[in-house]
Amino acid sequence: MTEYIFYFLSFVSVLTALLVISARNPIHSVLYLILCFFTIAGHYILLNAQFLAIVHIIVYSGAIMVLFLFVVMLLNMNAESEPKKPMLAKLSATLASGLLFLVLVTALKKAELNPSVSPSESEIGLVKNLGKVLFNDFLLPFEITSVLFLSAMVGAVLLGKKELD
Amino acid sequence: MSTTEILLLVCLLAPLSGAGLLLILGRSLPKAVAAVFGVSFIAISFIAALLLFMQTSAESAAFKINLFTWFSAGKLNVDMAFRYDQLTALFLLVITGIGSLIHLYSAGYMHEDEGHNRFFGYLNFFVFFMIMLVTGANMVVMFAGWEGVGLCSYLLIGFWYKNNDYNLAARKAFVMNRIGDLGLLAGLFMLVNKYNTFDFEALQNAVAGVQTGDAYLTTATACLFIGAMGKSAQIPLFTWLPDAMAGPTPVSALIHAATMVTAGIYLVVRTHFLFSLTPATLDFILYIGLATALFAATIGLRQNDIKKVLAYSTVSQLGFMFIALGTGAFATGFFHVFTHAFFKALLFLGAGSVIHALHHEQDMRFMGGLKKKLPLTWITFLIGTIAIAGLPPFAGFFSKDEILAHLYAKNPMLWGVALLGSLLTAFYMFRLYYLVFHGTYRGDSHSASHIHESPWTMTMPLAILALCSIVAGLIGIPAVFSEHGHWLNHFLGKLIPVHHPHGISHATELTLMGVSVTAVLVMVAIAFRVYGQGKVVPVSAEEETNPFFRLLADKYRIDELYHFLFVAPFNAISQFFGKLIDAQVIDGIVNAMGSLAMTLSGMLRLLHNGRIGTYLLAMTVGVILVLAYNLIF
Amino acid sequence: MQELLQNVRLVPIEHYIWLSSLLFCIGVMGVLLRRNTIVMFMSIELMLNAVNLLFVAFSAYANKPEGEVFVFFVMVVAAAEVAVGLGLLVMIYRNQNTTDSEALQTLKW
Repeated sequence: MTEYIFYFLSFVSVLTALLVISARNPIHSVLYLILCFFTIAGHYILLNAQFLAIVHIIVYSGAIMVLFLFVVMLLNMNAESEPKKPMLAKLSATLASGLLFLVLVTALKKAELNPSVSPSESEIGLVKNLGKVLFNDFLLPFEITSVLFLSAMVGAVLLGKKELD
Repeated sequence: MSTTEILLLVCLLAPLSGAGLLLILGRSLPKAVAAVFGVSFIAISFIAALLLFMQTSAESAAFKINLFTWFSAGKLNVDMAFRYDQLTALFLLVITGIGSLIHLYSAGYMHEDEGHNRFFGYLNFFVFFMIMLVTGANMVVMFAGWEGVGLCSYLLIGFWYKNNDYNLAARKAFVMNRIGDLGLLAGLFMLVNKYNTFDFEALQNAVAGVQTGDAYLTTATACLFIGAMGKSAQIPLFTWLPDAMAGPTPVSALIHAATMVTAGIYLVVRTHFLFSLTPATLDFILYIGLATALFAATIGLRQNDIKKVLAYSTVSQLGFMFIALGTGAFATGFFHVFTHAFFKALLFLGAGSVIHALHHEQDMRFMGGLKKKLPLTWITFLIGTIAIAGLPPFAGFFSKDEILAHLYAKNPMLWGVALLGSLLTAFYMFRLYYLVFHGTYRGDSHSASHIHESPWTMTMPLAILALCSIVAGLIGIPAVFSEHGHWLNHFLGKLIPVHHPHGISHATELTLMGVSVTAVLVMVAIAFRVYGQGKVVPVSAEEETNPFFRLLADKYRIDELYHFLFVAPFNAISQFFGKLIDAQVIDGIVNAMGSLAMTLSGMLRLLHNGRIGTYLLAMTVGVILVLAYNLIF
Repeated sequence: MQELLQNVRLVPIEHYIWLSSLLFCIGVMGVLLRRNTIVMFMSIELMLNAVNLLFVAFSAYANKPEGEVFVFFVMVVAAAEVAVGLGLLVMIYRNQNTTDSEALQTLKW
C-alpha cells in the first residue's frame, strides 16, 4: 500500500517540478512549487518524520513561498515580459542536467541499507525523540541559528530600504 | 717559528702590504709619501732576502712553511705552502734587489704622472706575486703567482689607460699568456692525474722510478713548456712582448726584462727532474729557443723605436736561456737569467732616462749625440751594451759562453747558428748605442735646449746596475780559468746535480771563446763604420727600399699573419653567433615564449564573458566531471 | 493512520535515490534554462528540497536521527537565504528595471 502512495506522490512531485521550470507565467511557477512542497511533505510523513513534515509545510509553503509571491507581485511580472534563451543554451542545459542525473544515480547506487525496522515505523522522526537529539547533541548549532536569523533579518531590512535622496 | 721562516714570510708579505696600502689609500697620499712607502716595502723585502741568503750555503737544507690547507679533494691535498732553497735564494735576490732599484727609479721617472701612487701600488703587487711564484712549494701556488704576475703585467702595460692602443697591447699580452697557460694547465693536470700530487718534493720522489723517454711524461713536460713559451715569449707566442713596450719604461725594465719573462725558465729549472727524464721535450725546447734567438735578433736589426729594439733583444736572450735548458744545462740557464736581469734592466732604465730627457721621444731617428748632454746615462748604457754583446770580463760573456760551450758539445752546427745570433745581438745593440749617443742630434732644436741629466733617483740605480753588470759574471767562472771558480754550480749543486759541464776539452773551450770574442769585436767595428760617424740615418719602415730590410722592419708581418689566421676568423665566428644565433634564434625563442603566453591568455580571457548562465553551465559540467572521474577511477 | 502504515511493504532505498536525483536534476535544468531570476531561485529551492528528501530517507532507513537534524538546519538556512536573496533581487530590479539574469554583464574582460 505504501508503495502506491509513494509512487503517486513521486509522480506528482516530479510533474509539478517540471511544470515549475517550464511555466511561462512566474506566478504559475510559484503555485506549482507550493504543490511540489506538499508532496514532499507527504514523503516525509511516509518516512515517519512527522515533525519535519509539519515544519516543512509551515516554513516552506507557508513562509518562503509566500515571500516569493510577494516579490513576484511587487515586480509585477507576467507572461509577456518573460525573456527567452537561445536553442543552443536550452540544449546544452538539458544535456548537462541529464548527464548529472546519470552520474548521480550511478554514484549513489552503492548505498545499500537493510533497515532493521521498516522506515515507516522508525521512532526517530517523532517530536520527542528528535527534540532529545536536537537539544542534547546539537544544542550549539541550534543556538547559533538564532544568530543566523538575526543577521539575515538585518541584511534583508538593509537591502530592502529605499535610498533616501 | 724560526727566524728563517719569519724572514721568508716578511719577504713575501711586505710587498703585499705595500700594495694594499697604496691601492686602497692611494688617492689621499701625497706623491712623496707614496714613493717612500713603495720603495721601502720592497727594500724591506730585499733586506729579508739578503739576510736569508747570508744564512744559506750550498749544503743548507731546503725548508718549507705551510700556512694552511688551501683545498683538498679526495686524495689530493693542496696547501698554501712556501719553500726556500738555493734556487729560491738567488731568484729572490734578483727580484727584490732589481725591484727596489726600479722602484727608486720610478720615483723619479713617474714624478709628474698623475697615476703615480697607483703605479707604485701595482708595482708592489707585481713583486708580491713574483715572490709567490718563486717561493711556491707546489705547482698550484706557483701557478697562482704565475697568473698574478700576468694580471699585474696587464695592469701595468695598460697603465696609461686613456690611450686605447695601450689597452689593446695589454689585452694582447694577457690573451697570449692565457694561451700558454692552457698548455701549462694541461701539463699540471696530466701530472696530478698520474702522481696525485702538486708538491715539488713529492713529485721528485714520485718520478724517481720512471724510465727516460716515458711517453706520458714527455707529453706532460711538453705541455708545461708551452706555458713557458707564453710567459717567456718564445716562438710562436712572442708578439706580445714588443707590444708590451706601451707601458712605462720601469715596467718594461722590471717585468719584461728581469723578472716576469724569466718565470718560464724558473718553471723548467724548478721541475728539472721531470725534464731530465724526457730528452724529446728538451730537444723541442732547444730548437724553439734557437729559432727564437735568431729570429728576434734579425728583427732587432731594423727597428727604430729604442724600446722595441730592447724588447726584441729580450726575446732573443730568452731564446738563449732556453737553448741552455734544452741542452740539459739547467744551472747555466739560470746563470744567464741572473746576468741578463742586470744588464737588461740597466739598458731599459738607461733608455728610460734618455726618453725622459727628450720628453718622451722614443724614435731613434730623432736622437743622436747625447753623449755630452747625458754623461751618466751614456757611460752606464755603454757598460750595459758591452755586457750584452758578451765581451769579457763583463757579465754577459761568462753566461753566454757557457751556453755556447754546452751547445757545441751537443751539436757544432747548432753552435754556429747560436753564434750568429749572438753576433747579430752585438751588432744591433751597438747600432742602438751609436744612433742614440754618437753623431749629431737629429731632433728639433726646441727640445734640444731642454735636455738635461736625470735626477739622482734615476741615475743611482743606473750606476748600481752598471756595477752589477760588470761583476755579476764572476759567480760562474768556468773551470778552464779556475778549478773551483764556478761558485754558482757549486751553490746549486745539491738542488740541481750538475755533471761535468760539457765534456769538451779546455783547449776547445778556449778556442770557442776566442772565436766568439773576436767575432763580436768585428761586429762592433762594422757597427761603428756604419753608424758610428753619424752619417747613416735610419729610415722608417715605409721609406725602406730594400725588400728584405722592409720585411725585417715590418717584423716579418707576423702580427698580420696571426690576425689573418686566428683573430679574423674568431671575430667572424663571434659576429655570427652574436648577430645571428644570439639576437635572432635565442632571443626569438625567448620572445616567442612571451608572445605565446600573451596569445593563450588572450584566448582564455574570453571565458570571462560576465554571463551567469555560462558560469552555471560550467559549474555543472565541472561537477559532472568530478563525479565521473571518481566513478571511473 | 497506524493501520494504514501497518500493511507496509518496503520501498527500496534506490527508489528514493532515483526520486531525489530526478528532482535535483530538474532543479539544475531550471537554473540553467530559465533567465528569470525568480524562477532560477525557485529551482534552487527545489534542489535543496531534493537533498532534504534524500537525507530524511537515509536517516529513516539507517535509523539514525542525525539526518533529520541536518534537514532541520537546512531548512533554517534556506529560510534565511531566501530572505536575503529576494532582497538582493529587488535591489537588482530597482537598478536594471528587469529580472533578466543576462542584464548583469559588466563584470567581464
